Amino acid sequence: MKSSVITFPGSNCDRDMDVALKKFGFNNKMVWHNDIELPKSDLVVLPGGFSYGDYLRCGSMASKSKIMQSVINFAKSGGLVMGICNGFQILVETGLVPGVLLRNRYLEFICKNVFVKLDSKDNSYFKNLDKDILEFHIAHNEGNYFCTKDQLKEIEDNNQIAIYYCNKEGQIEDQYNPNGSIKNIAGILNKEKNVLGMMPHPERMIDESLSGEDGSLFFKNLINNIK
Amino acid sequence: MLVNEKVAIEHGLKSDEYKKICKLLKRTPNITELGIFSAMWNEHCSYKSSRLHLKKLPTKGKKVIQGPGENAGVIDIEDGDAIVFKIESHNHPSFIEPYQGAATGVGGIMRDVFTMGARPIANLNSIHFGSPQHKKTKTLLRGVVHGIGGYGNCMGIPTIAGQTSFDSSYNGNILVNAMTLGLVKKNKIFYSKAAGLNKPVIYVGSKTGRDGIHGASMASASFDDKIEEKKPTVQVGDPFTEKLLLEACLELMAGDSIIAIQDMGAAGLTSSSIEMASKGNLGIEINLNKVPCRESKMTPYEIMLSESQERMLIVLENGKEDLAKKIFDKWNLDFAVIGKTTNSKNIELFFDNEQVANIPVNTLIENSPMYDRKWKKAKLPKKIKFKKDDYKKLKIKEVLKKILSHHNVCSKEWIWQQYDHTVMGDTIQKPGGDSGVVRVHGTNKAVAASVDSSAVYCWAHPLTGGKQVVAESWRNLISVGATPIAITNCLNFGSPENEDNMGEFVECVEGIGEASKYLNFPVVSGNVSFYNQTKEVGIKPTPSIGGVGLIKNYQNMITMNFKEINNLVLVIGKTEGHIDQSLFSRTILDEKNGPPPEVNLFNEKNNGESLLSLIGKGYIKSAHDISLGGLLTSISKMCIKGDKGIRLKKSKNLIHEIEYFFAEDQGRYIIEIKPDDLKEVSKILDKNSVHFEELGIIIEKDMFINEKTKVTIDELRSYNTNWLNKYMSS
Repeated sequence: MKSSVITFPGSNCDRDMDVALKKFGFNNKMVWHNDIELPKSDLVVLPGGFSYGDYLRCGSMASKSKIMQSVINFAKSGGLVMGICNGFQILVETGLVPGVLLRNRYLEFICKNVFVKLDSKDNSYFKNLDKDILEFHIAHNEGNYFCTKDQLKEIEDNNQIAIYYCNKEGQIEDQYNPNGSIKNIAGILNKEKNVLGMMPHPERMIDESLSGEDGSLFFKNLINNIK
Repeated sequence: MLVNEKVAIEHGLKSDEYKKICKLLKRTPNITELGIFSAMWNEHCSYKSSRLHLKKLPTKGKKVIQGPGENAGVIDIEDGDAIVFKIESHNHPSFIEPYQGAATGVGGIMRDVFTMGARPIANLNSIHFGSPQHKKTKTLLRGVVHGIGGYGNCMGIPTIAGQTSFDSSYNGNILVNAMTLGLVKKNKIFYSKAAGLNKPVIYVGSKTGRDGIHGASMASASFDDKIEEKKPTVQVGDPFTEKLLLEACLELMAGDSIIAIQDMGAAGLTSSSIEMASKGNLGIEINLNKVPCRESKMTPYEIMLSESQERMLIVLENGKEDLAKKIFDKWNLDFAVIGKTTNSKNIELFFDNEQVANIPVNTLIENSPMYDRKWKKAKLPKKIKFKKDDYKKLKIKEVLKKILSHHNVCSKEWIWQQYDHTVMGDTIQKPGGDSGVVRVHGTNKAVAASVDSSAVYCWAHPLTGGKQVVAESWRNLISVGATPIAITNCLNFGSPENEDNMGEFVECVEGIGEASKYLNFPVVSGNVSFYNQTKEVGIKPTPSIGGVGLIKNYQNMITMNFKEINNLVLVIGKTEGHIDQSLFSRTILDEKNGPPPEVNLFNEKNNGESLLSLIGKGYIKSAHDISLGGLLTSISKMCIKGDKGIRLKKSKNLIHEIEYFFAEDQGRYIIEIKPDDLKEVSKILDKNSVHFEELGIIIEKDMFINEKTKVTIDELRSYNTNWLNKYMSS
């Protein structure tokens, strides 16, 4: 399985994602933001970080990078595109997924483990996962997902909400919402379910010495789904 | 502008220093030259009050590749790998403008590390604020934390450990010390020594602006009522540019184009060019019209003294300019050939086709002033005779609650949750433990680091305090299973011109030297920050020690959380009941006098090495050193983290229970072992003549302190975790 991770100026989880993808069997290539052509890929990842220093708005300048036209075309032709953290912010700026990401409600960067509940499993990312509640890790300043009422209705109707912040038992309540996201949303899909944007970093949870191992479950399942 | 003594004094120079400059130059300096002298001769750059004493520190060892004198220290961690590390202060700017002050402190120390070719792999910090009740404290704390996070998070370097304290002596002078560790191959370390004639001198990074002019001079003066006016001397950081600069420099360093490289830190282009020339015993010629400037009409004086951030100066091999330029173009960074090395041994500056400065390099470095300041020796305070009757009124649970929720003991999660501590995917021990630990990427090794200071002990008796901080750093590394290798120090003190403050400095340094020598824990880098005082009042002496150690197999790392029910809990090291200067004495009894606990270096070494050998044999399930707050505080933290209880045995020790639980005797650790291993562990400890006692047994929940006192883990947790959250949201 071939994957590509895009490096923008200011990306800083690109290496971590490369390590994770390779660990679980992807043949991964790093792609420079100024390139025009995307290598042949089964999965394209927009990694976390501070692309363009978060200038203007998080993700907005990266969304106009040269490579992004190819990424958008790839997504529109049904290719799998996953944006993590800053990658999610870039995805909303391209319009590939609806909504926006505002500053966290307490106006502070948060780095900690959280639990997320899977909602829709009819997509290549979460299909066949045994667990419904995963322990993931977040590290962001602007992860407060927001969209209009109409958009919300639409994404709910289309089962586009991928994961919600919850507690260990899977209860989705405001007290388990780390950043103020509308409806505790931690990640969403596009209408066609081939583009996923989420704030948590599965690549930071790929062995037991790190923050946890649920990232391993995620990647193992992902490569099996793509095969 | 005409230069005279008055102008020199306005530049922070003393009258006799100005006379010395005129004598060395055999003429009156022009304004640019005066600016250069003032930047190089201030306390911050010249170490004129401290040099004499710093010489006494042990800086060599089998594992030391590079000691003090370079951008950072370097130690050997085997297999061809090395760790580059250093701690540095950014105190003055952080008080004036906390966000930018702290952010650029973090940026500066990371640059020091990657200048040497190392990729930063971990950040730490030691931050100290005034009393929680002081009107500025909350704003400063918030600003500093946001600044540290803002810079480190954007760079993508995990912040893995730190220390925060509050004390009214910092009301007018907060401390912000930032430390970075970087990883490099031993044969790819870069130094700042220029070599060869007519080699191109390259400027890379951000453009030069008018920010930070005279920053180093500001950092070498005391504060007064008009301190807010100094805001323009605080630099403004841009972590995005630094991230690009890091990647571009490492890309260039992969080849063999660089002869010498130096970041532009304090005193910017001035100190970087002069230091490279001085180390290479060369001259340097710079055309200031070639320096990329952010603002128009900048004068030579401004260009030379700007402290704009994210800039580097490089001496390249001839003919490598195009190759280097390509890399910096790729990363969208400025690149300019601004001069060359010469054999004049002078720094010669040109602007608009005129020579605007010509100074022999040695006058700026070797001939810089060095002072043997007067200092007063501190007497060891008399021990306080505590009345046992006073203890009778105390309820243990209430005392424990007060100590666990004390602002200097309580959990600092509110702070470290704002730092990305997991990026780079190698953090295996997060903040909140004895040390932070990161794996050496792609290997089985891990590096542990901690940062410590004990201003109260140093204030009570500087010599003992200096020793204690080094010992605590050593213990924190051992507690996670790391073999301590070396330290970096950040020496924060009041005015060296005050005999008491200078005495504190001299004796703390002596204590640090003594302990690091005995423990074979040499000092490889550091910095001195004097003039941490407002008007006549200095801070408590606060040397911060950053320690680094190696764990050969990261699977053997130890954490402090209690692991398993029915395991036994032991204390290593003797509890004598030293209450003077303990948190208990200072806060519960309100007794602020007395000597700090004695540091017995033989016991420190013996206890620490014995524990390391037990860890090596696999007997230790959890460990934690005993420090501020004493034995019961340490046990509480192990319970909270492990979410397990403990039933404490009645101590056979003859001292009063209160003293047993809250004394701050040194050289002690709490360990957890399997009951079956008790015999073997006892044998080893006995053989090494290490004093130990059985404390109790791990149970499912609740802490039974004695027959009458029970505390639940939830209670312990709420004592320990609530204070800072409440304080920051009130």
